[in-house]
Amino acid sequence: MLKINNLHVKLEEEDKQILKGVDLEVPAGKVHAIMGPNGSGKSTLSYVLSGRDGYEVTAGDATLDGEELLDMEPEERAAAGLFLAFQYPVEIPGVGNMTFLRTAVNAQRKARGEEEMSAADFLKFVRAKAKDLKIDADMLKRPVNVGFSGGEKKRNEILQMAMLEPKMCILDETDSGLDVDAMKLVSEGVNALRDEGRSFLVITHYQRLLDHIKPDVVHIMAAGRIVKSGGPELALEVEHNGYADILAEIDA
Amino acid sequence: MSTAVKMQAALISADARPASGAWLADARADAASRLAAMGLPTRRDEYWKWTRPDSLISAVADTAEVLDYEGEEPLFSDVDRLKVVFVDGVFSAEESDALEGEGLEIERLADAAAKDIHWAKDLYGVLETRGQTPVNRPIAVHNTAMATDGVVIRVTGALSRPVSLVYRHEDANSDAILHSVIRLEDGAELTLLENGPAAARFSSVLEVDVAKGAAFHHVRAQGRDHDRQAITHVFARVDAEATFKSFTVTVNGKLTRNECVIDIVGDNAVAHIAGAALGDGAEHEFHHDDTVFITHDAVACESRQVFKKVLKNGAKGVFQGKILVKPDAQKTDGYQKSQSLLLDDDASFQAKPELEIYADDVICSHGSTTGAIDEEALFYLRSRGVPTPIATDLLVLAFLADAIEEIEDEDIAADVTGRLDAWLARRRG
Ligand SMILES: Nc1ncnc2c1ncn2[C@@H]1O[C@H](COP(=O)(O)OP(=O)(O)OP(=O)(O)O)[C@@H](O)[C@H]1O
Ligand SMILES: [Mg+2]
Repeated sequence: MLKINNLHVKLEEEDKQILKGVDLEVPAGKVHAIMGPNGSGKSTLSYVLSGRDGYEVTAGDATLDGEELLDMEPEERAAAGLFLAFQYPVEIPGVGNMTFLRTAVNAQRKARGEEEMSAADFLKFVRAKAKDLKIDADMLKRPVNVGFSGGEKKRNEILQMAMLEPKMCILDETDSGLDVDAMKLVSEGVNALRDEGRSFLVITHYQRLLDHIKPDVVHIMAAGRIVKSGGPELALEVEHNGYADILAEIDA
Repeated sequence: MSTAVKMQAALISADARPASGAWLADARADAASRLAAMGLPTRRDEYWKWTRPDSLISAVADTAEVLDYEGEEPLFSDVDRLKVVFVDGVFSAEESDALEGEGLEIERLADAAAKDIHWAKDLYGVLETRGQTPVNRPIAVHNTAMATDGVVIRVTGALSRPVSLVYRHEDANSDAILHSVIRLEDGAELTLLENGPAAARFSSVLEVDVAKGAAFHHVRAQGRDHDRQAITHVFARVDAEATFKSFTVTVNGKLTRNECVIDIVGDNAVAHIAGAALGDGAEHEFHHDDTVFITHDAVACESRQVFKKVLKNGAKGVFQGKILVKPDAQKTDGYQKSQSLLLDDDASFQAKPELEIYADDVICSHGSTTGAIDEEALFYLRSRGVPTPIATDLLVLAFLADAIEEIEDEDIAADVTGRLDAWLARRRG
């Protein structure tokens, strides 16, 4: 599904290399997790994959189902099935959440040559998905993420994911800021989407989320590279011992 | 002879003025002599620094091709209203409704002028004259002298339906000089709708007297004909416990200058003035100027100015707004917001927000900003699959939203938003 090969990325405006040769492959239907110290480049990787401005790819590439991702505009990547749940969802005053969702759903349908959803069908669809995530009508009416609590923003990300039904979902610290119940809700939302044809890349600092969303593989990222990969037990090791041992082992 | 040429004459002779009964003839003569004394605006006037008066007063009258609206129903078509239609500034009895209604006296200025005694005498040119300080507004004075028609409206109750002034434009080389006078008696309520380009060159004056506890709501849509020019003045006096709310939407137009002068004279009154303007200078010039002067001369009054402009491809925006708080106007709550969204480097926006405060117990704020599309928000939308042009337009509408929210009637607000959306969509192709 997602193949990242020797990806090197620097900031466009500064001479600062952030990703220094990332290699990663997430097969269809699998859940991979990335853990790693603050500032190791996890969010940068997710932004570069989704096409945010401000980065320069100096080497390497990334493909989604064989298609070269890095040549596409962000909206083309989305239409191709890539989705990023932001670490910091953006507030958009003046744009109603519902309008936003409908525009996004219909834009993707159009890009895929499908018919736009009728207003009535859309309403039914969004209500059903919102209910699963305990998102009330008020949150749908309000401007996108404006005045939402941290946890509400994260649930809103998962609502978008549920509605857009992407095939490659990247979740950047979707668990941060969630209370225990919300964590369960969000995890259930993610698990409900798990499917043979859909893959997940879950960025997190905590084992807790991975109790709910069981990963197939856990990667450790440090200083702009994937330095170690293993099974779910790797997350437990990080939880207990931090990164020191792992990093020391690599340096050795 | 065009208005432009007549205006250049500056001193308007008695024969040039439209024939009218005694009271109106006096008001016109007074205006003509005031105009002779003050002269026409020139490029050197500070007040006209950013909007060149040249095309308004030059001898060469610019024409404006009539836009093909391709069958689109004009704004307010669905509203149950009393329609008064002017075609290139000339009243059309055929297209207008009967000028009557419960709690309402309404007649053409031309008819009111034929009478020797009329209540409008106390207002016509009176609020306009009051509005000549601290700066001269010669084009309004010219309008008082030369207006060919308009309506005079007196409201004594709460009207069941809005009065809708429709300004159609059919002649590419037309002038319209319209002057309307509106008096809301104590506790009366009126919604006034205005829409259409009116003429190639349009001069409009509205004098609005809102008595105690009365409520005046005004929604105006200026026509989309590309080369039309409009200079409008609203002069309002707002008495105690009264509400004055005015909103204008402007899309296209070679030159628009909307001046609004509001005097708040009674305690606990509310005055809001808002505008949303959208201009694309790619194929046609676009210049839009909002010039507002609000005077607080009473206790515990609220005023709001909310002006938003979206400009691209060389489109120009101007805002001059002032709040003057007189020494006795304690507990004034004054707020002024003027923002422009520049979609490229060619567009420009000039703003002069001013506060002049002589009372000590007041809350007044103003903010004028010039900005570009929020890149973070744009990326967020695009990452959800929304193509850049659609995402940009969503953000444009979002930017205009708080001006449009100033429209009291939700259906009308939704209609205005819908049309702006359609205009943006047409441009996307
Ligand atoms: N636009 C930028 N300007 C300057 N530095 C940047 C920029 N974007 C990223 N960086 C730097 O790149 C490094 C990687 O940042 P990134 O946000 O990818 O880390 P992260 O692994 O997601 O960290 P966290 O766990 O704290 O979310 C950091 O040192 C960060 O300061
Ligand atoms: Mg991060």
